[in-house]
Amino acid sequence: MTPFDLLLQQLINGLSLGAMYALLALGFTIVYGILELINFSHFNVFMVGSFIAMGVLHLFGIEGQSVLLHGLPLVGVLLVVLVVTMIACGFLGVIIERFALRPLRGVKGPMAMITTIGVSYILSNVVLLTQGANEKNYPNPIPHWSFYIGGINGARITVFQILIWVISTLLMGGLFWFVQRSRLGKAMRATAQDPDAALMMGVEVNRVIMTAFFMGSALAGAAGLIFSLYYNFTSFGIGFSAGLRAFTAAVLGGIGNIPGAMVGGIIIGLIESLAGQYIAVKWADVIIFSILVLVLICRPAGLFGRLAPTKS
Amino acid sequence: MVNTHYGDLHVLKNVNYRLDQGEIVCLLGGNASGKTTTMKTIMGIVRPTSGSVIYEGEAIEGLATVERVKRGIAPVLEARRLFPRMTVFENLEMGAYTRKKGAEFDQDLDRVYSLFPRVKERRDQVSGTLSGGEQQMVAIGRALMARPRLICMDEPSMGLSPLYVEQTFDIIQEINRQGVSIFMVEQNAAMALLIANRAYVLQTGQVILSGSAAELRENETVREAYLGEMQGGH
Repeated sequence: MTPFDLLLQQLINGLSLGAMYALLALGFTIVYGILELINFSHFNVFMVGSFIAMGVLHLFGIEGQSVLLHGLPLVGVLLVVLVVTMIACGFLGVIIERFALRPLRGVKGPMAMITTIGVSYILSNVVLLTQGANEKNYPNPIPHWSFYIGGINGARITVFQILIWVISTLLMGGLFWFVQRSRLGKAMRATAQDPDAALMMGVEVNRVIMTAFFMGSALAGAAGLIFSLYYNFTSFGIGFSAGLRAFTAAVLGGIGNIPGAMVGGIIIGLIESLAGQYIAVKWADVIIFSILVLVLICRPAGLFGRLAPTKS
Repeated sequence: MVNTHYGDLHVLKNVNYRLDQGEIVCLLGGNASGKTTTMKTIMGIVRPTSGSVIYEGEAIEGLATVERVKRGIAPVLEARRLFPRMTVFENLEMGAYTRKKGAEFDQDLDRVYSLFPRVKERRDQVSGTLSGGEQQMVAIGRALMARPRLICMDEPSMGLSPLYVEQTFDIIQEINRQGVSIFMVEQNAAMALLIANRAYVLQTGQVILSGSAAELRENETVREAYLGEMQGGH
């Protein structure tokens, strides 16, 4: 590979990882935008999503990486797995909100945030105790076809990477459409901008919050599936490092800002793969978080954030 | 008789207001007199600790805000409180949130646009970038989009230039002529008493005076405290 091909390759990889981080970051940002709550249970909703998707893949008889599907069956199976995982995770998010967080609504201080950490531990321990501590080989039915840019020695794009881009573009586009155009989406934005005024327009705030948790958690489920297909494994512990990077992406983009989370995710993915190539994989986290600190020093509200909410 | 508490703080003490259909009633009072709490009690943001809120013959103090909006009560909030990063049109849509879109929505939109041609011009602009006067037009328009029978206004003249204040009060009268009752909290007593039918004066949570607007305009206390006239002036 020429140096240029190498760079191109890392950009392709980074965009794929970044799309996954963006999906995960959106859940942090949507919930924060409305409740000003950092939801750490989101880390492990992502992890649970990876396990749910694994279960569904097993139901289709797909074990390990030996059963490969093509054409319509591949698209069909992936679609079912994706939809089931997203809906299941969405409901998990709604349950967490309803039973762990709603009773604390309006309580000042960090109680709700601490509760999300507690919920996060509950989720990871339930998975640890029922699924064991070993890393699991992940069922993956996607063939290893690739496209080469500039000949067989050039940069490579796998079918799976293209799938990641298609799926995440559709999901993020759908989310964006929902928030911009639908009635409930507008109510979400209104609630985020001025909760009291939204209430007085007749917005059912509980429904808005539930929707935010459902959508954020569903996207986390999709991210969990993508993560595990990408690395071919899952474990009860995957939520922490991926979740922390995605949270960083949300903060980098300006937490509460939806396009910000998308761009932030892509940036984190690119940094991770470029740092892995040109410095060392082990340094990736150091670089990611150093950049976070630098950005926050220069722009405390993140790249696209507003420091003070425009509330009067 | 409504009593409202915030924790141990007794904000409204046995206050009693009446507003007949088609009236403009104004509530005068200084800071911390309980005016905003009155508004919040009507809208259902705070619940009275005792007493009741009767609207069209029905006790509504136990109803959620959504239900009150559906029954035709709409707010114009203190300092406008538009959704700053939504467009003017989206703000108007939020005003009609509890209603279905359709012919009625379009009618109401036309009504708002004919009352405020400026709002129509600015409909795709992000509302946070409007001037204070324009924001007030959108805020009133947003309330009208709920097709209300009662509008509760909290300080509609606050922060507006004299020209806009006059315009706002003209519009309030116009809306009232179209059959909407108005309950208004206002510091600008001179203007408010000119358009109101009746008024109440609130002081530290108690109604100390009430009567027709004409009576109150002549009242010594009101002249001194709210109309800025010195006792025994020249």
